[in-house]
Amino acid sequence: MIEIENVRKSFGTLEVLKGIDLTVKKGEVVTVIGGSGSGKSTLLTCINGLEPIDSGRIKIDGTEVHAKSTDLNKLRSKVGIVFQQWNAFPHLTVLENVMLAPRKVLGLSKQAAEEVAVKQLTHVGLGEKLSVYPNRMSGGQQQRMAIARALAMSPEYMLFDEVTSALDPQLVGEVLDTLRMLASEGMTMICVTHEMKFAREVSDRVAFFHKGVMAEIAPPEALFGAPKDPELQKFLAATH
Amino acid sequence: MFNTALTWSDLAFLAQGAAMTLAVTAVSVTAGTLLGILFGVIRVQASTYWSVPLTFVLDVFRSVPLLIQLVLANAFQSIAKLGWGPFTTSCVVLSLYTAAYCTEIVRGGISSVPATTRRASRSLGMTWWQDMRYIVAPLATRVSLPSWIGLTLGVMKDSALVLWLGLIELLRASQILVTRLQEPLFILLICGAIYFLISFPIARLGGYLEKRWSPND
Repeated sequence: MIEIENVRKSFGTLEVLKGIDLTVKKGEVVTVIGGSGSGKSTLLTCINGLEPIDSGRIKIDGTEVHAKSTDLNKLRSKVGIVFQQWNAFPHLTVLENVMLAPRKVLGLSKQAAEEVAVKQLTHVGLGEKLSVYPNRMSGGQQQRMAIARALAMSPEYMLFDEVTSALDPQLVGEVLDTLRMLASEGMTMICVTHEMKFAREVSDRVAFFHKGVMAEIAPPEALFGAPKDPELQKFLAATH
Repeated sequence: MFNTALTWSDLAFLAQGAAMTLAVTAVSVTAGTLLGILFGVIRVQASTYWSVPLTFVLDVFRSVPLLIQLVLANAFQSIAKLGWGPFTTSCVVLSLYTAAYCTEIVRGGISSVPATTRRASRSLGMTWWQDMRYIVAPLATRVSLPSWIGLTLGVMKDSALVLWLGLIELLRASQILVTRLQEPLFILLICGAIYFLISFPIARLGGYLEKRWSPND
């Protein structure tokens, strides 16, 4: 379970998170929508401990992320994150990209790591690309590789930060299909996205962020069907 | 065509000089590179409190002519009664000189690795050290290699200046022969050829590595 309690975060004088409360249960899929600068991506990097927070608490299965005593590296192997930019390691083949962290962080043997990597790459449809270098693949393929790379750590939670935003329109579908597949398999996920159709389909709940505040959170039918917050109404009118 | 007084033993004398050039270069480049990597990482990682003084000292080593550094260091070690021979003094000065340049090369290489790539590796649970070792080091090496090869070749030629401390390296050996045999052009031609023979494999090694790594990027 991910518990976010009254989290505040500023970059300089700009307050990007103004007291966020959100609890995500095991197996739940929560999507976060909102305009740019609404703080939704920042929240994900805070959950993973990549960004410090100013006040409040984030707990993952009871472990407080920003406590000094928390082993962040251990925690991160439990919480996978995939970014807008796919960030392939360009000097490693696709297989090596996925094998690296299981070997070095989880301490798997070469053989075991390879098994895991091949399994995850096949899962996202890249079983034929094992010995290829990332720059020889499309953005969509590289993004799927990044997803497999995170999955190879056997995370219990996955965070997706606008993973289709940097892709050419015709490549968005293949990556969203991968996310749909994960959702249907019961993975606990928080997805920041601009794909409304996708959010409507896969989410258990959808959260709308506006200027650092979670203005509304509801199941997709309610949030899209009968939005209450005036900013959300404007946002949905503009994106439709 | 040639009617030279140069004998085999003179050539052996030149070869000894070349060996000295190689020895000074090898020691200085090795020590200088290791120090350069250390200082480069500190430059990127440390707070300004540490990195500003370090940068200032390294800037001094980069700006003062090497010859002056050698002469001053030699005078200093004798005043301080360190008992360093000319070889040690030369290696210490050249190492610091190399380190000063290498630091900037390393810093540039590390900075060339996108912050997002490093964030991705840290997000997988890799430690700072693992990120450095498996992601940053290989990528930064590719970027830094051409400059590093240039630095190595430069240091090898600059090492001729250690003759002022009395070391008989390749250039000094040639000078001695020129004075004795009065055949400056021929001897300098041979001397230049030997410098080239030493440099060429290093330059080619750089070219080879660049080629080997390029299809991946």
